[in-house]
Amino acid sequence: MRYLFRTQYQQDIALWRHNGDRFWYGLLAVLVLVAPALLGEFYIGELGAVFIFAIAGVGLMLLVGYTGLISLGHAAFLGIGAYVNAVLLAQGVPFLVTLPLAGLFTALCGAAIGRPTLRMSGLYLAIATLAFGSIVGTIFQKWTAVTGGFDGFAVPTPYVFGIAIEGATGIYYVSLVVLAFVLWVSANLLRSPTGRAMVAIRDSEVSAQSMGIHLARYKTMAFAISAGMTGLAGALFAHYVRYLAPDAFDVLLSVQFVTIVFVGGLGSLRGAILGAMFVRLLPQFIAVVRDDLPFGIGRLPGLEPSLFGLVLVFVILFQPGGLNGMWLKTKHWFQTFPFKRQTSFRRQKTYAKSERLR
Amino acid sequence: MEDAARILQLVVNGAASGCIYGLIALGFVLIYKATEMVNFAQGDVMMLGGFVAFSLIANFHLPYWVGGILAILITAAFGYALDALVLRRVIGQPQFAVVMLTLGLGFIFRAAAGITWGYDSVGFNTPFTNKTANIGGLVLGEDNLSIIIGTVLLCGVLYLFFSKTRVGVAMQAASQNQLAAYYMGIPVRTIFSLIWAISAGVACLAGILLSPVSMIDVNMGFLGIKAFAAAVIGGFGSIPGSLIGGVIVGIVEQFAGYKLPAGFQEVTSNVVLLLMLFIRPQGLFAERMGKRV
Repeated sequence: MRYLFRTQYQQDIALWRHNGDRFWYGLLAVLVLVAPALLGEFYIGELGAVFIFAIAGVGLMLLVGYTGLISLGHAAFLGIGAYVNAVLLAQGVPFLVTLPLAGLFTALCGAAIGRPTLRMSGLYLAIATLAFGSIVGTIFQKWTAVTGGFDGFAVPTPYVFGIAIEGATGIYYVSLVVLAFVLWVSANLLRSPTGRAMVAIRDSEVSAQSMGIHLARYKTMAFAISAGMTGLAGALFAHYVRYLAPDAFDVLLSVQFVTIVFVGGLGSLRGAILGAMFVRLLPQFIAVVRDDLPFGIGRLPGLEPSLFGLVLVFVILFQPGGLNGMWLKTKHWFQTFPFKRQTSFRRQKTYAKSERLR
Repeated sequence: MEDAARILQLVVNGAASGCIYGLIALGFVLIYKATEMVNFAQGDVMMLGGFVAFSLIANFHLPYWVGGILAILITAAFGYALDALVLRRVIGQPQFAVVMLTLGLGFIFRAAAGITWGYDSVGFNTPFTNKTANIGGLVLGEDNLSIIIGTVLLCGVLYLFFSKTRVGVAMQAASQNQLAAYYMGIPVRTIFSLIWAISAGVACLAGILLSPVSMIDVNMGFLGIKAFAAAVIGGFGSIPGSLIGGVIVGIVEQFAGYKLPAGFQEVTSNVVLLLMLFIRPQGLFAERMGKRV
């Protein structure tokens, strides 16, 4: 068991808590960098997809896990990012410009939709984003002049400094860089006053407000940042799928994103990545075992969404810490061996908290 | 004259489908007022209720009225069990956990219904199917009329229940102040489960009333999204408001289908919802509220 004695404030807000962190994350970084040399094309492609989902997951984690708001329309933001990026690329704008533009434009959309709804309770955001997602999906279908409608939209190959980003390996490295950037931004954001304000809003709106936090402003900011990161993920997603179809960005995808956050573990950036791995790997796993399942379960049309639903229900009821919580518990078991007690991680008795205005 | 009749026809159709949205929204509002949870699976509960009614009436050949009432009771019992077994566990967790929990439950219900009843659209014969009533020279479908009349009757029954019966008054008390209600000897948890039961029963009624107009199928639950628009227009806490909101959404949708190109009718309810949030987020029937710390 490691005990950290903090003697300076700098230690309290340091990105790395101790040298162990530096070592293990450094090792992980080396492993991910050399992975394309070790693994086959298929696995690199899948890992790239995991990275793209992780970018969106980190964005949503800032919103759900740290600000305590929920969005059911992040698939729409992914779609906006994807189409903005693809359409601009087709106009001949270089990739290094379209990628940030996709993120910025999506963040603006997020602010526009968040600003009016966030004056109300967080519930309204869930409903408004659900409606927003369905409207944006219809726009993708009907605005054929720009999006190509159901015919789809072939995404041009991007170039960075004259090098074409092609194939699984190219997408893999670009996604890795963007994911590292997004993680760095989030970690820095969370140790800044803005991040503290977001956490305060999550824990109690009333006390945050009485400490002088402008609720609507910080909520809108969190929502815009979250949408912007999802827009970045969308720009990469466009290159991953290479052919944009409007029906890819439906409610089910939004639910998958939220599943990333819940399964990974609320309030942890690591959880967003673990959740993204889970959400990307579950369909692959289903595809593998589909034929071996009894009673023809494998051939049911709605198998995948219902499994996502089932996983969500079980995580919320029985494992609110998600995968990250399981990891922490396992680590604690080994670190304190043999002193783990039944009550070590027992949840406090909870009471109904009223968010109602009276 | 042709035009006036056409418009009146649209209004009646809109009011009928609006009543369905209003009934689903009523389910949201009942639960939200009492427990501050929003049941995102309300539309799927309606779907389950519709299928149960279908089984009883078409498969077991029960008379329409008997089968309908039995289906409402079964769905209500299901709603009670849902709260007692699942939703009660998340009390005290943040609101968005409940949102995701009910959303996940909705997916499970959909899969369960698909396994049990199949993925085809089904329907059953009702006394109102394919009949028309002639009221003062106006020809209206009895199916639409039955929806409107059923909704009005239900509202009357609910009003009497909440204002006259002992349980109804206890429910009002519990939704106004849980703690005070508990101290007065009201079993708050049972009351909440009963409210879930009523809400599920209302959803089942909506499914039964809807069945002559549109078939019952697994994806019927997506009507729940339209019902959100109704609830938000009504202020998410007002029972008459949700019904009026539902009728507004239904009529706007009918006119959008008449005037706009195909495909846009489906999103009008969402557009109305977002517009409402931009213009008057507290809804048409907001209560004046302040925060007590």
